Amino acid sequence: MTTTPERPKPSRTDLTAPFWDAAAAGQLVVQRCLNCGALRHYPRPMCPACYGTTAEWHPLSGRGEIYSYTVAHQAFHPFWADRVPYVVATIELEEGVRMISEMPSLTPDTVSIGLPVEVGFEPIGDGLQLPVFRAIASANR
Amino acid sequence: MATLSGQCAIVGVGNTAYTRGTEQTTLELHLEAALKALEDAGLRAEDVDAVMPNEMAGTLAEDFILNLGIQDLRFSSTVRTGGASFISAIQSACLAITGGVAQCVLLVAGRRGYSAQRVSKTSEGTMAPMPVMQMMDEFERPHGNTVASQWFAHAARRHMHEFGTRSEHFGMIAVACRRHANANPSALMYTKPMSLEDHQNSRMIADPLRLFDCSLETDGAAAIVITSAERSRDLRKAPVRILGVAEGHGDPPNSITGKRDMTRIEGLSRAAPHAFGMAGLRPDDMDCAQLYDGFTWITLASLEALGFCAHGEGGPFVEGGRIEIGGALPVNTAGGLVSEAHVSGANHVVEAVRQLRREVEPARQVADCETAVVTSEGDFHEGAVLVVAR
Repeated sequence: MTTTPERPKPSRTDLTAPFWDAAAAGQLVVQRCLNCGALRHYPRPMCPACYGTTAEWHPLSGRGEIYSYTVAHQAFHPFWADRVPYVVATIELEEGVRMISEMPSLTPDTVSIGLPVEVGFEPIGDGLQLPVFRAIASANR
Repeated sequence: MATLSGQCAIVGVGNTAYTRGTEQTTLELHLEAALKALEDAGLRAEDVDAVMPNEMAGTLAEDFILNLGIQDLRFSSTVRTGGASFISAIQSACLAITGGVAQCVLLVAGRRGYSAQRVSKTSEGTMAPMPVMQMMDEFERPHGNTVASQWFAHAARRHMHEFGTRSEHFGMIAVACRRHANANPSALMYTKPMSLEDHQNSRMIADPLRLFDCSLETDGAAAIVITSAERSRDLRKAPVRILGVAEGHGDPPNSITGKRDMTRIEGLSRAAPHAFGMAGLRPDDMDCAQLYDGFTWITLASLEALGFCAHGEGGPFVEGGRIEIGGALPVNTAGGLVSEAHVSGANHVVEAVRQLRREVEPARQVADCETAVVTSEGDFHEGAVLVVAR
């Protein structure tokens, strides 16, 4: 019997669990230092700006733009075997932090640096949701 | 002021055959390369009192004690900076020798990179993610950003966007390396010529990186032996003096995504002034450069990071054959990781030594080669720079 390959699941830890809990509730959050207010991503236990060890999970607007991207023409994991070529973008959020997102709404011909994007959430099983960005039509900006 | 400059020398180099397919284990490859490097130096295994096992190979100091019969190992350390480990380990070796802790250090790297630990198959479980990649594994792999060619593609694309760098520039690097490999019987690509057109027609892997922009998954290993400068004078071959060595780290070191400036290789740009300063030399003084080239964009950005050209000008710099044998700065004269072999970058150090000793085929011998700069580059722009001379 063949099974459909699954998308790799995030390996959540105590440090990162609030990110995934918020995503499951449809919210995009990153760490914000309670001492100096600096945002940081990926998660870490200490603020490199002030050495603060307390942080809250700060909601982001979910809007940003494509800072860079690549188009995978080879599937490096079985889940993407039927999805090549697929676009993966580095997103720079309005608040300044960056994230990676697959861009299923874009093709090699439509992706470009500077394209405005907003976040959506895709259920990936086990009660998890993955923040996946999509291009915003320029009329909606 | 104390300095490492001129205190130590590379006295022996050796390597296995570079293949795609092997019956040997990684440890067997390491032991073969180690014995060849010791033979080259005119030393015996019992002379070794320090070993620097390579992170990516997974070998242990104990493996070398058990198999080489080393009686009194006095120092061992494994640097965990991925592809940057080999030259960072040279820095540690020089510190150990200069500090009187050890006298004869063996460094070995490489692995079953084709038959077992295939980097392109990382995401299918052929290799566990390294600890520094934990966040990438958690936040990027679920989006299909799973392997090295993809990670560096984001950086290459941003460089193209900001500076007008073109795929043809990556191609010029690939072609230069291939021409050098075509004069090197040990290179995996020895019998396979490549034109710029061939490069442009090679299939896209992770846009903008094509197949011929990628390094070669290789079975093999290479080794070097380092002693004090004083001891090096009594050994079999003319020593290659270590004039400068330094390491630098990524900012941040755990992803490309979060880079303060995605178009730079900051580990190398931080290490380079220290290595050149220690040597009392400038980039212009280098007769050749052996640059860690996991991908051709890394080579281009390394030329910028080392100060051979300004930030953003790596594309125009590689035009017109400047980096080929006979050009102003021959780069990767054995073919590099893209056309000779990828043994965790150790082959770049071996090549610098052989160039300085005049031991390579005449067609790829850099005329009057007196100095060389070598880089190691790994993880998310960890970097190390080595300046050597006859």
